[in-house]
Amino acid sequence: MYQFNYQKAGSADEAASAVTAAEDGRFLAGGMTLIPTLKQRLAQPSDLVDLAGISDLVGIEDGGDSITIKGMTRHVDVANSDLVKSKIPALASLADNIGDPQVRNRGTIGGSLANNDPAADYPAAVLGLNATVITNKREIAAEDYFDGMFTTVLEEGELITAVRFPIPAKAAYMKFPNPASRYALVGVMVAQTGGDTRVAVTGAGQDGVFRASEIESALSANWSADAAKAVKMSDDGLNADIHASAEYRAHLISVMASRAVTAAG
Amino acid sequence: MPTVSMTVNGKSVSAEVEPRTLLVQYLRESLGMTGTHVGCDTSQCGACVVHVNGESLKSCTMLAAQAEGADVTTIEGLADGDVLHPMQEAFRENHGLQCGFCTPGMVMSALDLVQKNPDPSEQEVREWLEGNLCRCTGYHNIVKSILAGAQALRG
Amino acid sequence: MTGTGIGASVKRVEDQRFLTGNGNYTDDINRPGQSHAWILRSPHAHATITSVDISKAEKADGVIAIFTGADMAADGVGGLPCGWHIHNKDGSPMLEPGHPPLAHEKVRHVGDQVAIVIAATHDAARDAAELIEVDYGVLPAVINMDAALAGGTLVHDDVPNNRCFDWEIGDKNAVEAAFAAADHVVSIDLVNNRLIPNAMEPRAAISEFDRSSGQYTLHTTTQNPHVIRLLMGAFVLQIPEHKLRIVAPDVGGGFGSKIFHYAEEAILTWAAAKVHQPIKWTAERSESFATDAHGRDHETHADLALDKSGKFLGLRVATKANVGAYLSTFGSSVPTYLYATLLAGVYTTPAIYAEVQTVFTNTVPVDAYRGAGRPECTYLLERLVTKAARQVGIDPVALRKMNMIQPDQYPYQTPVALMYDCGDSPATFESALKASDYAGFGARRAAAEKSGKLRGIGISTYVEACGIAPSAVAGALGARAGLYESAQVRVHPTGSVTVYTGTHSHGQGHETTFAQLVSESFGIPIDQIEISHGDTDQVQFGMGTYGSRSLAVGGPAILNACNKVIDKAKKIAAHIMEADVSDIEFADGKFTVAGTDKEMAFAEISLAAYVPHNYPIEEIEPGLDENAFYDPLNFSFPGGAHICEVEIDPETGDTEIISFTAVDDVGRVVNPMIVEGQVHGGLAQGVGQAMLEGCVYDDAGQLLTGSYMDYTMPRADNLPNFSVATQSVMGASNPLEVKGVGEVGAIGSPPAVINAILDALAPLGVDDISMPATSLKVWQAIQESSVRQAAE
Repeated sequence: MYQFNYQKAGSADEAASAVTAAEDGRFLAGGMTLIPTLKQRLAQPSDLVDLAGISDLVGIEDGGDSITIKGMTRHVDVANSDLVKSKIPALASLADNIGDPQVRNRGTIGGSLANNDPAADYPAAVLGLNATVITNKREIAAEDYFDGMFTTVLEEGELITAVRFPIPAKAAYMKFPNPASRYALVGVMVAQTGGDTRVAVTGAGQDGVFRASEIESALSANWSADAAKAVKMSDDGLNADIHASAEYRAHLISVMASRAVTAAG
Repeated sequence: MPTVSMTVNGKSVSAEVEPRTLLVQYLRESLGMTGTHVGCDTSQCGACVVHVNGESLKSCTMLAAQAEGADVTTIEGLADGDVLHPMQEAFRENHGLQCGFCTPGMVMSALDLVQKNPDPSEQEVREWLEGNLCRCTGYHNIVKSILAGAQALRG
Repeated sequence: MTGTGIGASVKRVEDQRFLTGNGNYTDDINRPGQSHAWILRSPHAHATITSVDISKAEKADGVIAIFTGADMAADGVGGLPCGWHIHNKDGSPMLEPGHPPLAHEKVRHVGDQVAIVIAATHDAARDAAELIEVDYGVLPAVINMDAALAGGTLVHDDVPNNRCFDWEIGDKNAVEAAFAAADHVVSIDLVNNRLIPNAMEPRAAISEFDRSSGQYTLHTTTQNPHVIRLLMGAFVLQIPEHKLRIVAPDVGGGFGSKIFHYAEEAILTWAAAKVHQPIKWTAERSESFATDAHGRDHETHADLALDKSGKFLGLRVATKANVGAYLSTFGSSVPTYLYATLLAGVYTTPAIYAEVQTVFTNTVPVDAYRGAGRPECTYLLERLVTKAARQVGIDPVALRKMNMIQPDQYPYQTPVALMYDCGDSPATFESALKASDYAGFGARRAAAEKSGKLRGIGISTYVEACGIAPSAVAGALGARAGLYESAQVRVHPTGSVTVYTGTHSHGQGHETTFAQLVSESFGIPIDQIEISHGDTDQVQFGMGTYGSRSLAVGGPAILNACNKVIDKAKKIAAHIMEADVSDIEFADGKFTVAGTDKEMAFAEISLAAYVPHNYPIEEIEPGLDENAFYDPLNFSFPGGAHICEVEIDPETGDTEIISFTAVDDVGRVVNPMIVEGQVHGGLAQGVGQAMLEGCVYDDAGQLLTGSYMDYTMPRADNLPNFSVATQSVMGASNPLEVKGVGEVGAIGSPPAVINAILDALAPLGVDDISMPATSLKVWQAIQESSVRQAAE
């Protein structure tokens, strides 16, 4: 790692000002991506502002027709939350399969979404469940939040304080993991929510998470595993690497979507 | 350089370190506690797993500064003198280690599993170990050790 | 009876320290005043070094010194040597281009060493390394073996067509005659995938130079400290052995990758005398991926000739083997004498001919990795025999049985140099078939079909040659060293024992197994016995641990030294008990006089040897401390049968191993618990090769599988519980009757896995798949086959 200054913030506002004031400041949430990135010397921030001490940023709240998960809530706490398990089991199960247990003990929803790794799981949840990303400055609809791989619309000093998930009628997430990294080679969240059918795909797209509109149409017409499987996805714009061709990813999207429909019931 | 203080295996410790110091470097280099190992640089092998405030994490993916004031337990903190902790004893009894390099992380990870799930199935053990790599044992005897250790801890 | 002798599953002595965090690995060691090194490495696969400007870096905080290849060359430092000499078909010697520890004038693979930065801290060294300005003249890289053999781009200017050697073994004419007479010819083309060893402990070293004595000390992660001392001292740095101490403390796994003399060892040792401070270096895992010697990497075409009944008549093999950018320590022997000499396998094939070309490419050197040559050979034979069964229309079990060497045919002279001393392949095969319920497979396949899964079963039977090596045979085959082993058994005055062995333990549990040999021999419990290894200043000499040699070669040396101790002790006992030495008997730790009730305990004799007041001083020297060197008569030949059962999800290609059965003949078993553990570990690496692991370089020579993000290490949830058993014919070539066990799992298993996958896919018309058979490849094979079938 290169040298940096480390500071702990007591509140979201304090954290935002510290990052803004720094020459090249970065928020430090769980650090599950940022610290490995620093270790590889792939980033050289001047300051890290640790959010871990901000109690306002932790917790899961019942909003009646929605659940709000605060930005610094760890994956393990989402996975084990009775509220999430009862209202949006797909989200609890998604969180329970992020990384490994030690990552889940540290990694946070806000950190994951701010990083927007194209193979991370949470982006599929946010887009598939039509969640709202809440920052210290504004509320951002899922459709507007993601802006290509590792890129979001977050501005400098803008911090994810919470994510609000409307309770879906049905939802499930299926992941086919990359055999080496165990990130999603293809991960698909299917949901019926707010009267819409939504299918969000992570791991496959060159620009990060996206909605599979062909499968959404098929499922809107006929919510069944067979209907999802019958969709032949185009491999345009999909990633190809040593682990999967674009064609394989396209195929897996339909298969994972169909299995998610089965799981969602 | 800032001073970082914490409790390690029940003892208060303190050292001056650069902000870029990882918890594992603090343990190994500042405190000379070399039982916690580093086997990769991408946070995947799990040789460095320790407990911080009662939960397992990778000490190579946490800054020492982030552990300020925390209660840390490492592999050195488990045995009572020469008497092994039941999970350590289970690894010994079941030949759950060969070269020993991944072992500290395996044991610390296993202990977090059994505190959350005192009676895990074989499949649950295998899935829990996603973040712990071993090249020697084929995991066969590690899984056996953890199941035996869990049983011993249930009493 | 001690209960800790041969055959007991004694719990391991070494575990207490490993389980409590008290292991002593190289990176755990710190020396007063030590400095830290960072090695600047080439980002290019192939480039000339036009200039290296260290002026900015030298001024950086904490920097002590920076050295480049030019500095080492100016000091007359030699190249890293290769330990095995191979001849071309025409008798001319292989080409051995130079391998400077720090690259000089040219870099030949990504990760090649360019400079060493020595600084007060690790971070300071790494910070400064970024300030070094290297001017590279980037050259085209040659990665693919066919492209390399076509010439054009040369890795070494003095190696035409990048061919290191073109070697052959066997009787070509006899093989041609066999094919002329054949009723069936079965052909196969195979790639044996390149692997990255990944011992969990990254390589590390600390070098020291003592100005007052002129003594160098290097702590390093090696499997064979004396070999490093010899190679580095004599060939690279010209330091005589008495001034060079190599220590291999606890080593966190090797699997072959820590046999070789690596550049960093020489660079650090050389630099320690320049800076007069200890220098510590520990590889990051990324460096391990890019610079540890890789394994396998063969491309092979083979033809098998059969008569009408299915009897094998002849085997013809042509292999290209990648040796990487430089010849590593054993790089030349792996694809030749450790590979082609096993091509008879467990079969009576009367005529065999193999030719092997080894090829330089702009990739990291390739050398021994668990199994070293024998997995490549077994994979070839067992894929080919399985294919033959299908092509000729004979059941794969029956075809194997009808061609197997029978127990009464041992010793069995193969057509490719080796003489198998003993074995019983039909017996282990039969046991494996039974243990895996091979007969009941049809019902399991049918049940899987009902749940939409494809189920397959695959067989592999194998023999391997290990216990490296009988020196005379190895020498005749081109080894530049003898491959015996040594032991010193030092009995202390009160009867406790220290054994110094020239082998090295890095997970194998020698401190336990070897102590069991001594416990058995002396009748004392193992807590009275200490096994010491790894320090050239303590251990007389040794060739280290690789090729499953430690028990088969190192064990008899210990046994012989124990016998020398007993012989001497009997003379002492005879003197003290006033009896004739021929009447002294030794059993259960007691010396007795036959026909009397006179007895003396082992510790009484040892005390007498060190306090020789009543002692036959005219005939025997005081002390009880004996040396032995042991050189085996032959390799040892473990063998067995592995049977794998898989289920494939045809929608995704996801493949699960449902069961894996291994029945191995490893000779006498000293510690059954440790033997089982060795087999488990080997199987996991074999399954890893078959389904998960594969090193990939792109065309420019960049390593695409350079971390655990992209190189698939087997994890706990990839593997089943293994069903393992031993069924042994006692070894015939050493007095302990042992064979090797360290590598059998990795040797036998890959073809069992692939044959199972192909069996599962056979109904879909798939007849070939390459390793690693990932979900992607399985899915692609299914797609291609359905397209092909639709076209037909």
